[in-house]
Amino acid sequence: MTATLTRADVVSAASPKRRRRAPGWLAVVPLLAFTAVAFGVPALAMLNGAFTVKDQVSGATSYSTANLTRSLDGAYLTALVGSVKLSAVCAVLGALLGLPIAQAVVTSRSRALREAVLTASGVLANFGGVPLAFAFVATLGNAGVLTRHLGLGEKGWNLYSFGGLVLVYLYFLIPLMVLTITPALEGLRTQWREAARNNGATGAQYWRHVALPVLAPSLLGGLVLLFGSAFAAYATAAAMVGSSVPLVTLQIADAISGNVLVGQENVALALSLDMVLVAGVVMAVYLPLQRRSARWLDA
Amino acid sequence: MARRVNAWRWPVLGFAALYFLVPLAASVVFTVDVPGRGVTFDAYRRIVSTEGFTTSLLLSLELALVTIALVLLLMVPAVVALRLGAPRLRPVVEVVCSLPLVVPPIAFVAGISTVLKWGPEHLSRTPLFQTFVAVQNPDFPFVLVLAYVVMALPFVYRALDAGLRAIDVRTLVEAARSCGAAWPQALLRAVLPNLRGALLNASFLTLALVLGEFTVAQLLGFTPFAVWIYSIGGSQAQLSVAVSVLSLLVTWALLLTLAGFGGRTKTASRG
Repeated sequence: MTATLTRADVVSAASPKRRRRAPGWLAVVPLLAFTAVAFGVPALAMLNGAFTVKDQVSGATSYSTANLTRSLDGAYLTALVGSVKLSAVCAVLGALLGLPIAQAVVTSRSRALREAVLTASGVLANFGGVPLAFAFVATLGNAGVLTRHLGLGEKGWNLYSFGGLVLVYLYFLIPLMVLTITPALEGLRTQWREAARNNGATGAQYWRHVALPVLAPSLLGGLVLLFGSAFAAYATAAAMVGSSVPLVTLQIADAISGNVLVGQENVALALSLDMVLVAGVVMAVYLPLQRRSARWLDA
Repeated sequence: MARRVNAWRWPVLGFAALYFLVPLAASVVFTVDVPGRGVTFDAYRRIVSTEGFTTSLLLSLELALVTIALVLLLMVPAVVALRLGAPRLRPVVEVVCSLPLVVPPIAFVAGISTVLKWGPEHLSRTPLFQTFVAVQNPDFPFVLVLAYVVMALPFVYRALDAGLRAIDVRTLVEAARSCGAAWPQALLRAVLPNLRGALLNASFLTLALVLGEFTVAQLLGFTPFAVWIYSIGGSQAQLSVAVSVLSLLVTWALLLTLAGFGGRTKTASRG
């Protein structure tokens, strides 16, 4: 269909400008149509459902904010706060631990080390979900290898807890930070350091007044990105802790699977909307920061 | 100065290596050193014969192939067109391709399951109902393909955009056109071969995404590979960790191949 239209248009169009534009519009249409159906419809269904309340007696539906109110109350609120807390702790730790690794790689003169660490980071940052959870269960779970050999169980170690989840999440968040911050660290030019030193600055002063201000957007951007990916993670937590740590993703999964009170089926959708709002704020912070740091690095 | 930097570099990298390697090594130990039975490779030997392994793995691979085909079919013409004839649509496509980042998979699946419920609730007497049944066929749940294509859009867009930035599409197409090639010919024989690296990149990323995807499949009640690993985790701990280790190695091999390709194309374009 597209091909015939294009060819007909090419034949009939006299000006080269029109000849180029017509296929352009047509080629983007399938993508937009597809996302409208596969993404738009579920998204609207979620939005609609989050505000819809079904009356148990009459079966009539009406619009209200009751679901949203409920999703910000009791166990649901605890889960939302738990998710935000977990993601914040993971993001800060991931950034603090990822930065020295990235700096160690950038300042190294060994090209092989650089390539190896960056490739490994690319692989590890994409590694989450069930296999990661099981690897950690085998290592530090109740019957895990390290737990048994080091007797961690008697010392009060428990993988299926907040701290355990942080330890596991960092496994893919630290590499993500390394990937995000490395281009920025590479953008710090030696001339800047030399110029600062020529003007009598100490190392600390160089970092405080030159390097950190240039790095700030990338650092913040990395933090926000880490927060977002920890916040959205579900598979790892589901395979590892079940429901012993309250997280919003686990609550939504529970509600979708039907574990809710009668009449509260739409709470899952309201919780999803809460998540989208948090993730939306995250992206709204991240994108401008990314653009800002790109400006410095391209210059 | 350089020596002072060296002093802290190795401890940092050492700790990192320890943190990232210990869980893997421990997992391997866990699968071969069974308490009370000594060292045995039994867990690995049993994988293939365990019920559900072949079907779930095949399902995942099929889903991956169809997802890759569909996402490339949708994205390649679109991103090429953005370079050539419709630059004003660029912000639209950029926003559309980053929307999945704002909606976490779990929220997305909540929306999908709501839509799927419309089938039996409102549409049971319309022809659309058959479509709803068909996309949820457990042998090949097309609804997962739809979801995965959406989830792959951000990666695929970034990969293709980076690939296109490296070549001069306009000149390529104009050269092909002035040699008498029709539009489809110019795209297939001039642009696509120059995009090979980016296409491979996008395909591998999508493959890794689909093979590891758990959230959407589990909550919609299908059993591709990741859900199968999860389902045997409760009853057969050694086996599930063994499969996890293997699936990790396979995914890493895939991504490393990709990294190797990326490196080679980069050096090629530089030289």
